[in-house]
Amino acid sequence: MPACSPTRNPFTAQETPAVGVAIEGLSKSFGPRLVLDNITLSVEPGEIFVLMGPSGSGKSVLLRHIVGLEAPSAGRVTINRQDATAETTREHVRMAIVFQAGALFNSLSVYDNLALYLREHRVTNEAGIREKVMRALQILSLEGAAEKFPSELSGGMKKRVAIARALVMEPQLMLYDEPTSELDPVMSATISEIIASLKNEYHVTTVVVSHDRDLALNIAERVGILMDGRLIFLGTPDQLRQPEDPQVANFLYPKIDLKNPRYKQLET
Amino acid sequence: MKQLLSIFESFGSTLELLVRAGSYVGTLPRQRARFIEQCYLIGYTTLPIVAILSFFIGSVLALQAGYSMQNFGAKQFIGSLVGLSMARELGPVMVAILLAGRVGSAITAELASMKVYQEVDALVTMNIPPARMLVLPRLAAALAMVPVLAIIADLVGWFGGAIVAKYVAFISIEPESYFAVLRRYMVFKDVLNGLIKAESFGFVVVLVCCNIGLNTRGGPREIGAAVTRAVVVSLILILVLDYFITKALM
Ligand SMILES: Nc1ncnc2c1ncn2[C@@H]1O[C@H](COP(=O)(O)OP(=O)(O)OP(=O)(O)O)[C@@H](O)[C@H]1O
Ligand SMILES: [Mg+2]
Repeated sequence: MPACSPTRNPFTAQETPAVGVAIEGLSKSFGPRLVLDNITLSVEPGEIFVLMGPSGSGKSVLLRHIVGLEAPSAGRVTINRQDATAETTREHVRMAIVFQAGALFNSLSVYDNLALYLREHRVTNEAGIREKVMRALQILSLEGAAEKFPSELSGGMKKRVAIARALVMEPQLMLYDEPTSELDPVMSATISEIIASLKNEYHVTTVVVSHDRDLALNIAERVGILMDGRLIFLGTPDQLRQPEDPQVANFLYPKIDLKNPRYKQLET
Repeated sequence: MKQLLSIFESFGSTLELLVRAGSYVGTLPRQRARFIEQCYLIGYTTLPIVAILSFFIGSVLALQAGYSMQNFGAKQFIGSLVGLSMARELGPVMVAILLAGRVGSAITAELASMKVYQEVDALVTMNIPPARMLVLPRLAAALAMVPVLAIIADLVGWFGGAIVAKYVAFISIEPESYFAVLRRYMVFKDVLNGLIKAESFGFVVVLVCCNIGLNTRGGPREIGAAVTRAVVVSLILILVLDYFITKALM
């Protein structure tokens, strides 16, 4: 994959190449259960890729492979042609993931959750860190929560803190696992705007797992749909507006049929 | 066979964790806040229970020794008996056991819950190695605090013995002669051997508890199981190591 389109690295104002992700023939099983089945796709540098699919189809597991937290059973995942599971890859490429459950550090305050990365990597001094952290909190309307602990936050606030924590890392590769699932419509729109503007300003390569049709249709450049561990659709949002594949159509635009509900169809 | 394999596996992963943590020793100065916090948790909060237990162990030692020695007219040697047993064996082992129960279990619980709730995954993706941030400060704090705890255990135990020796009617040995005998039959090497033991136990306990915590998978039930396993493995290791270190130091 060509390392093209230079991005401004927000930390150093130097030009760094945007990163691309290549997934080749990726399969993953947990014990006897095949969760990902021979997936091949690539995310171009600076692209916004939205991954959709029913619950349990393997979306989160796929994201974990991209950041190298999970080792493939077969096939491989590379980031800028470096193996995703190699430790050196994380040293070369700044990547951040917003976990589905937030994964906040429960023993640290919200402020320290955001500051940890900057402190550990000695990105800047405490004053600089304060500025970055407060700005990220402000973007996500969390100014009042800085001194709170994760256990004192609502579900949606935790999600926003997780997003803020990823933003302060100023990553080149950003992965979101259902960023808007617990948020109100306005906040969801804000998140979509953030994702789009990070791409426009910094060429951040982005993968978003989401059930949010609006988000997918508005900001995605390409969409993939995962079902039972297989990629059943890969294309542009426009192709999704009138999907040809009945499986895809049924997933994206399910009819709510009160006369013949799905759970009753199961019984017969 | 399967169990044997898993024992070797945990041994390997523990060793690997040690090497990893060791490779970050240079970062210790800038992690001093974490180091001090861990020193506080390992040292200061364990101190009261160490003091209470060693006081009573010293007392009981003196009592038993006085009781069995009175018939031989050898009770003036109580001081050396209490002194040597505390310093060479009971002090270090007791500190290690308390450390396993009080600190080791807490370490495993904390790290296991960080693992289960994906906090460790978050650290890894932030390129902050858990071995550096979570393990190294704890190991260093154990190395720093365990000898202190062991020395305090020795002193308090000796003191407990002295009190029993003086006030129990069938013994009644004055503290001066108790401590004089204690000093006469003990050399610095006896105390040093004990400290080496305590240091080894403490280090192994903290390392093993960290490793078990970081390798936990599953949910709340597995966190509980991990804590139990950490304590049991620690206790076994303390007693097995005790034999071999004692033998090696003879
Ligand atoms: N560590 C694991 N061990 C065993 N099975 C797992 C593990 N992680 C995930 N799975 C299984 O893999 C499948 C896919 O899980 P995954 O979390 O990727 O789903 P998902 O697409 O993210 O669903 P959702 O939209 O509900 O978050 C599930 O059936 C799950 O049970
Ligand atoms: Mg998921």
